[in-house]
Amino acid sequence: MISGEELINAASALGAGAAMIAGIGAGIGQGFAAGKGAEAVGRQPEAQGVVIRTMLLGAAVAETTGIYALVIALLLLFANPLT
Amino acid sequence: MEGIGIDTISLPLVDYEVTNTIFNIWIIMAFLVVMAVVVRVKLTRVPGKLQLVAEMVVEGSQWLVDNTMGEDKRGFAPYTMTLALFLVFANLSGLVALRQPTADLNVTFALALITFFLVHYHGLKAKGGLGYLKSYFEPLAFMFPINVVSEIALPVSLSFRLFGNMLGSVIIMALLYSFAPVIIPLIGHAYFDIFAGLIQTFIFVMLTLTFITLKME
Repeated sequence: MISGEELINAASALGAGAAMIAGIGAGIGQGFAAGKGAEAVGRQPEAQGVVIRTMLLGAAVAETTGIYALVIALLLLFANPLT
Repeated sequence: MEGIGIDTISLPLVDYEVTNTIFNIWIIMAFLVVMAVVVRVKLTRVPGKLQLVAEMVVEGSQWLVDNTMGEDKRGFAPYTMTLALFLVFANLSGLVALRQPTADLNVTFALALITFFLVHYHGLKAKGGLGYLKSYFEPLAFMFPINVVSEIALPVSLSFRLFGNMLGSVIIMALLYSFAPVIIPLIGHAYFDIFAGLIQTFIFVMLTLTFITLKME
């Protein structure tokens, strides 16, 4: 027989895994930024410094959603508010 | 798992407990203060190696401020340098087996709050009270709630980005050490501590400067 607490723990583990699906979005976003950055450097190699700086900034902002998912997953695993 | 959570350290002599976050920040502060004093005492007209590094750091922060905010706002360079130096040493402290202080939400949120207050203080100063209030009703009046939410989201997203990155690196390094204690963690240190740490420092500083500039315009 599964107790209530065990059920919450099991569901939390599943939820943490499901939350990390958001990583797909961050990955696509960062990949897109890097691809466009490479394109821009190919077209204008003299502006490499500015392009790389802008690209890193954009990639970091795109990463935020992935980080939110990570924080929620960690919250569910280590600091579960439900149990 | 051990090594992931925030532990408490009881101080000798005084009957008081601090978290290892605060203790590691003290170590970093002591290191930075000692370096500053050493560089200041040995200041010469012809720079030695240490002074050269210090000059590079100062010039680098001025260059960053000049390039992102404009040369008339060079007054932000000291804060930029302070923030960057603290974050670099805090993020790299994982290399000397300290738990990164930035993997604690309290630290990153405090830093993000400083940015938040700087943004609004300089926004108020540059635009004046009426112009500052008016910026919340742009481009259309009914956008007011959305603008307020986006202002509140600024410190949250800024702090969670740094916190999530560094906590992720702490957890992955602990996992790596648990199944491969030799050689292999070097790769993890190179990526998660050095690369991610330096990139996140740069991002945090750049975003702070960018937000302040945006609000001042």
